[in-house]
Amino acid sequence: MIEVKDVRKKFGTQEVLKGISAVFESGKNNLIIGKSGSGKTVLLKCIVGLLTPTDGSIFYDGKDYVAMNINAKNEVRRELGMLFQGGALFDSLTVEENVRFPLDMFTHMPLSEKKDRVNEVLKRVNLVNTNHKFPSQLSGGMQKRTGIARAIVMNPKYLFCDEPNSGLDPQTSIVIDELIMEITEEYQITTITNTHDMNSVIANGDKIIFLHEGNKHWEGDKVSLFESDNKELIDFIFASEFLKEARDARHDKILAKLKK
Amino acid sequence: MAEYVHASGGPLFHIGRYILMVKRCFSKPERAAMYWKETLVQMSNIGVGSLVIILLISFFIGAVSAVQFAYNLSSSMVPMEYVGLIVKESMILELAPTVSCLILCGKIGSNLASELGTMRLTEQIDALEIMGVNTISYLIGPKLFAAVTMIPLLVIIAACTGIYGGMLAGSFSGYVSSTDYVSGVLMSFVPYNIKVMMIKSVVFGFVLTSISCYQGFYSHGSAIEIGKASTRAVVLSCIMVLFADLILTWLLLK
Repeated sequence: MIEVKDVRKKFGTQEVLKGISAVFESGKNNLIIGKSGSGKTVLLKCIVGLLTPTDGSIFYDGKDYVAMNINAKNEVRRELGMLFQGGALFDSLTVEENVRFPLDMFTHMPLSEKKDRVNEVLKRVNLVNTNHKFPSQLSGGMQKRTGIARAIVMNPKYLFCDEPNSGLDPQTSIVIDELIMEITEEYQITTITNTHDMNSVIANGDKIIFLHEGNKHWEGDKVSLFESDNKELIDFIFASEFLKEARDARHDKILAKLKK
Repeated sequence: MAEYVHASGGPLFHIGRYILMVKRCFSKPERAAMYWKETLVQMSNIGVGSLVIILLISFFIGAVSAVQFAYNLSSSMVPMEYVGLIVKESMILELAPTVSCLILCGKIGSNLASELGTMRLTEQIDALEIMGVNTISYLIGPKLFAAVTMIPLLVIIAACTGIYGGMLAGSFSGYVSSTDYVSGVLMSFVPYNIKVMMIKSVVFGFVLTSISCYQGFYSHGSAIEIGKASTRAVVLSCIMVLFADLILTWLLLK
């Protein structure tokens, strides 16, 4: 479980996060949603430790991550996996070497065992016969799946996904969403996904936090999201008049489907 | 780490951050075998990858030096065999270490800055950080070690090639015969000068690599910024190599 308490972040005089508090539960896909510039990425970077909050605390299973020294932070980081927006694969390494990298760096496993583990996770993300390809030879969806494979190869307790669907077509986006969802349930990990893709929100929103101008404006799940009367949230979800009308016309049907 | 990348300040801020970066390069590696593997890759890139340009440039520098010295000595009473001696001494003391390293500032410096800058831009450095890797130590340490071991070797090759180039140019131009040139080269040998050359090459290698890595590692923004960081890496490392040359020459040749 990850708990964020009154996290604030300033860049110069500009306050990007204005006191965010939230609890991200284990075995669930926790979503952070909001418009561009709402502070989603800054919050995610604060949680993983790429940015230090100006004020507030972040707890990983009760341990204060912000107050830790670099060695203690690195210990926690070995339990994190992160899928980056662009994949962040190492250009000079093949798919297999990319996925094997954390094992090479932090474990004493024999090479054959490491290769077995790599093949296992590559199979899990439906990437077979790509071991010797370089990232530049992969499609966007394959790069994302390689990123997921690298993120889960060490059996992390926490998985972070920064805009996992950006740059992907709707069908591939659904494949990636389903994969993240399945992995979260299968490994019982705490997943935090930063997205503004509404398909992901409706499909995967176990817990949703809506940020607006650096504040947490709303919190709930995909059913309560649909029932909410928060103006900013409705404007964000149903961005066009057409969608708003469709929502009103099919409100009961959609709600019944989500509640199933 | 990311906010240190985006932070900016005056010269003191950069000097402080540069010193901290160099200090972190020497921290304990997570896995020595991975660092060694990376070091071998960098040794190949820096050493083998720069060999051709160093051979070409030092050959022509030696050749031009020999012809110019011979031209200047031709109207004096000084025997032509001194051309060999002067070319040898100038190659060892100044031209091989300094000019080679200035060339390497352009070749290696821009390469390192753009490599690290691209890694920063494409979040590869962030990915390493999140895994718990000491990114400075893993990405910059092997490059520094490779530079301070391979650049002195390149400088030795440059000095030998320059002296050889001087002999060929002297004999082809008709100013000085190969026999006179070789007897000039063998006229005197000061082992201390070799020591000076080696000290200079190690220091220059360290300076040019660390400055270039600093520029690349802390670059941020867009592809344009990587281009700017690459240019800054070359310009700053050239200036600092020349500054270090002056200081070392004062200190070592008092």
